[in-house]
Amino acid sequence: MTNKINIFRKFSGVYLAVFALFFMVSTSLSASEPQEDGVIAQEGNGAHVVDPHAKGGKEKVNISEVAFEHILDSHSWHLWGEHEHAVSIPLPVILKTNNGIVFFMSSEFHHDVHGKVVVERNGERFVNFEEKIYYASADTNEHGQYLQTSTGAKGEIEVSNAAVLDFSITKNVTQMLFSAILLLLIFTSIAKAYKKHGVTSAPKGKQSFFEPLIVFVRDDIAKGNIGAGSDKYVPYLLTVFFLILINNVFGLIPIGANLTGNIAFTLVLATFTLIIVNINGNKNYWSHIFLPHAPKAIWPILIPIEIVGILTKPFALMIRLFANIAAGHIIVISLIGLIFIFESYAISPVSVAFALFIDVLECLVAFLQAYIFTMLTALFIGSAVADHNEDGMHTTDDDHLVEAKH
Amino acid sequence: MTSTFILASLIEPSVGLIFWTTITFVLLLILLGKFAWKPILSAIKTREKGIEDALASAESALKDMRELKSNNEKILAEARNERDALLKEARDTKEAIIAEAKAKSQSEADRILASAREQIINEKNAAVAELKNQVASLSIEIAEKILRSELSSDEKQKALVNNLMKDVNLN
Repeated sequence: MTNKINIFRKFSGVYLAVFALFFMVSTSLSASEPQEDGVIAQEGNGAHVVDPHAKGGKEKVNISEVAFEHILDSHSWHLWGEHEHAVSIPLPVILKTNNGIVFFMSSEFHHDVHGKVVVERNGERFVNFEEKIYYASADTNEHGQYLQTSTGAKGEIEVSNAAVLDFSITKNVTQMLFSAILLLLIFTSIAKAYKKHGVTSAPKGKQSFFEPLIVFVRDDIAKGNIGAGSDKYVPYLLTVFFLILINNVFGLIPIGANLTGNIAFTLVLATFTLIIVNINGNKNYWSHIFLPHAPKAIWPILIPIEIVGILTKPFALMIRLFANIAAGHIIVISLIGLIFIFESYAISPVSVAFALFIDVLECLVAFLQAYIFTMLTALFIGSAVADHNEDGMHTTDDDHLVEAKH
Repeated sequence: MTSTFILASLIEPSVGLIFWTTITFVLLLILLGKFAWKPILSAIKTREKGIEDALASAESALKDMRELKSNNEKILAEARNERDALLKEARDTKEAIIAEAKAKSQSEADRILASAREQIINEKNAAVAELKNQVASLSIEIAEKILRSELSSDEKQKALVNNLMKDVNLN
C-alpha cells in the first residue's frame, strides 16, 4: 500500500482526492469483513446473525472479494451470475505436472474456486482454490475442501498442498492474445492502406486516427528522449505503447480483463525495457555506473547504489503501471459496491456519479499510463545511449558559449 | 478470501502469465515490426520527405518567380529610362530646331529689315535730292517770274528803287 501511495504521489492533485475516497471505501469494506465465516453483522437495526445459505436469508455481497475477483486473473471468463448460476466462457487449463502436460477446460471445475471440485487427469487430481491450481488432497478438510489448510497468525488461510505449474490460457492471456491479434489486424491493414493509396493522399479512417499517435511516439517520445539513432527503438516503443493502451482500454470495459493491472504482465514489459536499456548501454553508461565521478573513497557506496539503480528504474515502471490500473479498477468497483454495502438504492446516484467520474478519469489514465511507460522507457534508453556524460556535456556547452561570444 | 491472501495473489506474478506474455510480446514485436511498423514508418517518412521536397520546390519556385519579377521590373525600369531618355532627346532636338529656326528667321528678318531700311534711306535721299533740285529750279523760276513782273514797268522799277531807298538810311 505504501508503495502504491509513493507512486501516486507523483500525480498528487486528482489522485489525492481519489485516494481519500478509496480509503473511505476500504474502511467500509473492512467493516463488512466479519461475514467471511458466513455470518453477517447487520449494522443499524441491532446485530443479528443470518446464515447466508439459508432460504430467504439475504446474502450480503462481500465487496472486497468481488473487487479482487475482478482485478485478479481467472481461469474462466466470467460474464454474469454468481456461484452455480454463473455464466462464463470456459478457457483452457494447461498444467505442467510431474507426469507431463495436462490439458482440460476450466468448465470442469464447475465455477468452483474454493477447492471443492476435483478434476482428475492421468491419475493426478487438481483443485482450484482462489484461481490457483493445487494438487488435491485425498480427503476433504472441515470446510469440504480437498486441501490442507491452516490459519496463519494474521488470520490468513495457508494452503499446504503443492501448487501446480500453471500455463493456462487464463482470462488475461485470452485478452492479451485477442488484443495482439487486434493490433496485428489494425496495423497491418493500416500498412496496406499506405501501400494501396500511396503516401501522397491524406490518411483515411483508422489511418488518420493512428497516424498522429504513431508520429507522436516516433517524434515526441522516441526522438525527444533518445535523440539521434532513435529510429532503432521506435518499433519497440510503438508495440509497448499500443499493447498497453489497448489493454488499458479493454480493462475499462466491464467484462474486460485487467491485464495491464496485473503484475506479471507489467513485469515482462519492464524486463524487456531492462534488457533493451542494458544491451544498448554504451561506454559512458557503464562508466557512470562502475567509475562514478566521485572520490574513490565513496565508490564502495556509490557503485552498489548505481547497480541497484539499474533494477529500480524498470521496477518502478512495473509497479507504476500495475498499481495505477489495478487501483483504478478497485475504486470503480468499490464505488459501485457502496450500493450493496448500504443496501439502498438511494446511494446509487452517488455511486454512479462517482464511478462515472472515475471512469472518465480512467480513460485519461489509460492513455497517460501507456504514454508514461513508453516515455520512461525511451528516457532510460536515451540515458544509456547518450553520447557524452554530464562532464562532457558541460564542456561542450561551455565551448558553444565561448563560440557564441566570439 | 482474506485480504492478505488477496494481496499476495495481487503482487505475486504468475508464471503462466509471464510465460504467455513473453511469447505474445516477442511475437507481436516481430510481426508488428515486420508487417506494420516498417511499412507504416517508411510510408510516413516518404510522405514527410515528399512534403519537405514539395515545400522546398515551392520555395525555390517562389524564389525563381521573385527573381523573374525583379528581372522584369529591372527591364521595365530600363525601358522606362530609355523612353525618358528618348523623349528628352526628342524634346531637346525639337527645341534646338525651333531655336535654330527662330534664330535663322530672326536674322533673315533683320537682314530684310536692314536692307529695307537702307533702301528707304536711299529712296529718301534720292527723293530729297530730287526735291532739292526741283525746289531750286522752282525758286529760280519763281524768282525769274517775280523779277520779270517787278521790273516790267518803269513805275515799278522806280517804286522798287524808292522802296529800297527807303530802307537805306541816309546817314
